[in-house]
Amino acid sequence: MKNGKAAFTLPGVLADVPTHYCPGCQHGVAQRLVAECLDELALSEKAICIGSIGCSVFIYNYLMVDCVEAPHGRAPAVATGVKRARPEAAVFTYQGDGDLASIGMAETMHCANRGERVTIVFVNNTVYGMTGGQMAPTTMVGQRTTTCPGGRCADSEGEPIRMTEIIASLGGTAYAARVAVDSVKNVRAAKKAVRRAFEAPLNNLGLGFVEILATCPTNWKMTPVQANKRIAEELIPYFPLGTYKDLAAREAVDEREVGR
Amino acid sequence: MSTPGERVLIKGNEAICRGAVDAGCQCFFGYPITPQNDIPEYMSKVMPNLGRVFVQAESEVAAANMLLGAAACGVRAMTSSSSPGISLKQEAISYMGGTELPAVIVNISRGGPGLGDIGPSQGDYYQAVKGGGHGDYRQLVLAPGTVQEAYDLIGKAFDLAFAYRNPVMLLGDAIIGQMMEPVTLGTSSGPTRVDQDLGWNLMGKGDRAPRLLKSLHLTDGALAGHNIRLRDKYASMERDVLFENFLVDDAELIVVAFGSIGRIAKSTIRKLRASGKKVGLHRPITLFPFPSRELDKLASGGRRFLTIEHNLGQMVDDVRLAVRKHADSDFYGHMPGNLPTPEDFEQPILAALGVNS
Repeated sequence: MKNGKAAFTLPGVLADVPTHYCPGCQHGVAQRLVAECLDELALSEKAICIGSIGCSVFIYNYLMVDCVEAPHGRAPAVATGVKRARPEAAVFTYQGDGDLASIGMAETMHCANRGERVTIVFVNNTVYGMTGGQMAPTTMVGQRTTTCPGGRCADSEGEPIRMTEIIASLGGTAYAARVAVDSVKNVRAAKKAVRRAFEAPLNNLGLGFVEILATCPTNWKMTPVQANKRIAEELIPYFPLGTYKDLAAREAVDEREVGR
Repeated sequence: MSTPGERVLIKGNEAICRGAVDAGCQCFFGYPITPQNDIPEYMSKVMPNLGRVFVQAESEVAAANMLLGAAACGVRAMTSSSSPGISLKQEAISYMGGTELPAVIVNISRGGPGLGDIGPSQGDYYQAVKGGGHGDYRQLVLAPGTVQEAYDLIGKAFDLAFAYRNPVMLLGDAIIGQMMEPVTLGTSSGPTRVDQDLGWNLMGKGDRAPRLLKSLHLTDGALAGHNIRLRDKYASMERDVLFENFLVDDAELIVVAFGSIGRIAKSTIRKLRASGKKVGLHRPITLFPFPSRELDKLASGGRRFLTIEHNLGQMVDDVRLAVRKHADSDFYGHMPGNLPTPEDFEQPILAALGVNS
């Protein structure tokens, strides 16, 4: 409280309930950013959320919008069905890395390639969280998980997949960015990216995609502080932050050029 | 859309499409596989012209999940496929069963297991009726025996899907899908209103409380309660059981056969009747709910049964369960890979009658 005024309030769309997330987990930060954007864009009345599998699934307990649950990896296909049936709705998925980049790779790519007017919020913590810390497609080389106990080996398990770069390369994508929530500065940038990922489909430009690098201290076997440090020192160098595609910005540039 | 009462000569696959369009199907999600390709091809041409949705999905898996999304919005939506493709759709069908979503799935089945062949077969009976996906769920299954029935039953499938909030499968085969017959078109109900609030469908919450459609039930006892409620719902589907009885009143032997095989068996029975053989036909039209009560009634009259299928013997299990208090059923399985003729069924029927021709 500063001068008797709340400096930090609950977004209207966010339920005032305790979450199930582990201490230090950044799903809470990611979902709050989504909630703030839904509030600011006044979308809560026309939003339809597609829940996925894993720790992300319970987003529907915390966001007070209409929701449907999708099978593992299929959220982008379910979102396609919802958006095609109800074009006026603001449709978004909230998915983890195993869901989006492994079992749901085909659905993710084709949803973006078709340019579905939906938003995909992708929380990447380089591990399968809810199932107990198994290897994900984004697990770093050398990172130990319960299914790569010796550390991920590039020769036999491949290298971590950079989803934002892939999604940005597809014709139907209007906005693709990678952000992190390890520092105040990065959280602020993340908020802007999440907002733009919602605006792109609403402005009928194509699919909006935002990848959020987040911690999983429990499965990383780290303290929250150590986990944040890992994002900065290990993840960001491999998964560079930034906007990889932004049709709205490109159009704005074009308009300026036309105006000259 | 069709002119009611109009008579047209069309393929079974087209009849399914026209029936769906007339019944107000708003969204179609498909993926090519033989012998049902006429369905996505027809829908790709017709649906956009009507301002409705056609999407060729990246896979059968995606198509079924698009169906799930559209069904969650409460609009009439459909997908179609053939046997191996239906296997891929089973995950979503189980979710739609668990989430209680109304959706129509068409299976123009072919021979299997595996890649099998593209010829007719009834090898998907177990998968359709017993639940090919995981968990304890049932779907309504309708099996047309003529092209006219294919047209009529697809409209019925949408009505049932919404009446019970449950997936409904139309189970045809390559015979039904590919043959042409004259069909009398019905009254078209036009497109469903997509803005209809059904009390459960997702529309964006507006100023009401948010809605959640899910199949996850983690609290202690929640899933048990859900499953018990589903069981009662499935039991209540009994009131929509459909079947055809043909010359059963004085029959000593009743042939039980469904779909195109039921229709072929009907020709055999007509021929045998002409030579004085007291045989009749019971053709289940709903495979779930199964006409067990009717079969029990027929069995209590002291008749014998022969189940004929285009497979190794699947529906015969349900026939035996239905007649078990009074009788048993013999079985004759015609193997997939070829089209049976009415003559193929003569010897098996005569053998079951205990008559040597």
